[in-house]
Amino acid sequence: MTRLLRAMGARTVDGIWRLGFATRFFLAILARSGTSFARFQLTIREVFSTGVLSLIIILVSGFFVGLVLGLQGYETLQRYGSSEALGILVALSLVRELGPVVAGLLFASRAGSALTAEIGLMKTTEQLKAMDMMAVDPIARVVAPRFWGGVISMPLLAALFSTMGVFGAWFIGVVFIGVDDGAFWSQMQASVDFRYDIVNGVIKSVVFGFAVALIAVFEGYDSAPTAEGVSRAITRTVVNSALAILALDFVLTSFMFRGNG
Amino acid sequence: MSAPLPAEDILVDVSNVDFAYDKRPILSGINLRIPRGKLVAIMGGSGCGKTTLLRLIGGQLRPTGGQIRVAEHDLASLSRRDMYRLRRRVGMLFQFGALFTDLSVFENVAFPLREHTDLPEDMIRDLVLMKLHAVGLRGAHKLMPNELSGGMARRVALARAVALDPMLIMYDEPFAGLDPISLAVVGQLIRKLNDALGASSIMVTHDVHESLEIVDYIYFLSGGKVVAQGTPDEIRASTDPFVKQFVNAETDGPLPFHFPSDDYRKTLMEVRP
Repeated sequence: MTRLLRAMGARTVDGIWRLGFATRFFLAILARSGTSFARFQLTIREVFSTGVLSLIIILVSGFFVGLVLGLQGYETLQRYGSSEALGILVALSLVRELGPVVAGLLFASRAGSALTAEIGLMKTTEQLKAMDMMAVDPIARVVAPRFWGGVISMPLLAALFSTMGVFGAWFIGVVFIGVDDGAFWSQMQASVDFRYDIVNGVIKSVVFGFAVALIAVFEGYDSAPTAEGVSRAITRTVVNSALAILALDFVLTSFMFRGNG
Repeated sequence: MSAPLPAEDILVDVSNVDFAYDKRPILSGINLRIPRGKLVAIMGGSGCGKTTLLRLIGGQLRPTGGQIRVAEHDLASLSRRDMYRLRRRVGMLFQFGALFTDLSVFENVAFPLREHTDLPEDMIRDLVLMKLHAVGLRGAHKLMPNELSGGMARRVALARAVALDPMLIMYDEPFAGLDPISLAVVGQLIRKLNDALGASSIMVTHDVHESLEIVDYIYFLSGGKVVAQGTPDEIRASTDPFVKQFVNAETDGPLPFHFPSDDYRKTLMEVRP
């Protein structure tokens, strides 16, 4: 019993210590982000690595999610004779929830894990130490551009995911099932509010971008400099990012959407 | 070099330095001095604290006791900014090169120049090609690190370490894993670069024979202490049991092969539950 309590205590202390270290790490990134903006090509390169190279998985996944939403949505709506509302259902689902959340989860798996692996391997092969010995701050030169690259990419990817989802739903609903084309688009246009729906969705994706990018660069930087250490760090990035996205989504949704839209 | 040198001739002064990881002591009471313009080797068996000492001199670790002065700066009193200012005048070759794997050979060598100078691109190109020419790899400037052999990677890292013409160059096991030809080439390069740049060099290694050919002075470390020191001639002529064991690669001597443990026979005969 004492051993169990001791183990639980040790894990709690370790968790709190890591949280504190991550907070200090985040503040250090913010404080040393000057290089990321003064030499913006460094950040643009990371937008390419994290954003452009994630495009295929985001676009294809968005399209399939849209197809499924279109089918399921039609199946439910037609029971109540309101299949023309398919456009609204799909757009609101994607813009408010599925776009930011699913794109965030995919982003964590594709780009977050790659960021952790890259930084972890740079640590393992002493590249970060070499940089530090060359009087180049690794947080400013390596971590911060990758962090901001992730933060910038995430909302763009979420927007593209939602766009492809709407297109997928249109494709299955209008082209295959025969929902009225005009009703699909006009109802969507009339019901989706820019401020309430789209801006809140964008805010969510920005917050998820911050969370995933921070977790990814922190886990890479904090990884044990061994093959096993990097592998564990990648796992933690994917798991912690997924949990963070889902928990943050609940918190943000509870503040943003209270049924008064 | 046994006679005391004037303070201005000493570039690195390690004075009574202790270091421990958590509570595990690694170095205790280390005293050594690196004169300007000299190539000094720090030798000793694996795990004796050589690399730790190099990291202490580079300011990557802080000693738990004693003082380290580099170019008359007490490292413990330097702010991060001042430490970086000092490190711009220090080059370091890591054990496996630590080349940036996402950059070409050219960009690796250009990295410190781009980060710390505002030189025009033409001049950076010329400087990088000159440094690569000095290590015999000008023709490899377009290759990526994963296309290089171990010896080539070490030479590129050497070109990068001297890109800013440092006053102090530190080498961490520069000969590890090299074939005899690459080993001799790298050894000669280290000596030539030290002399051509008028720099001082510290080389951590356990390659005795190559080191005796190129260095000016040697410190031997064992158990976290300096146990012997001298010029290559003094080391060759030494009757010190530790030096003899190390130089002649003898298995018997003061340097134990086995990590401290319980009695072997007793351990084997122990009745397990």
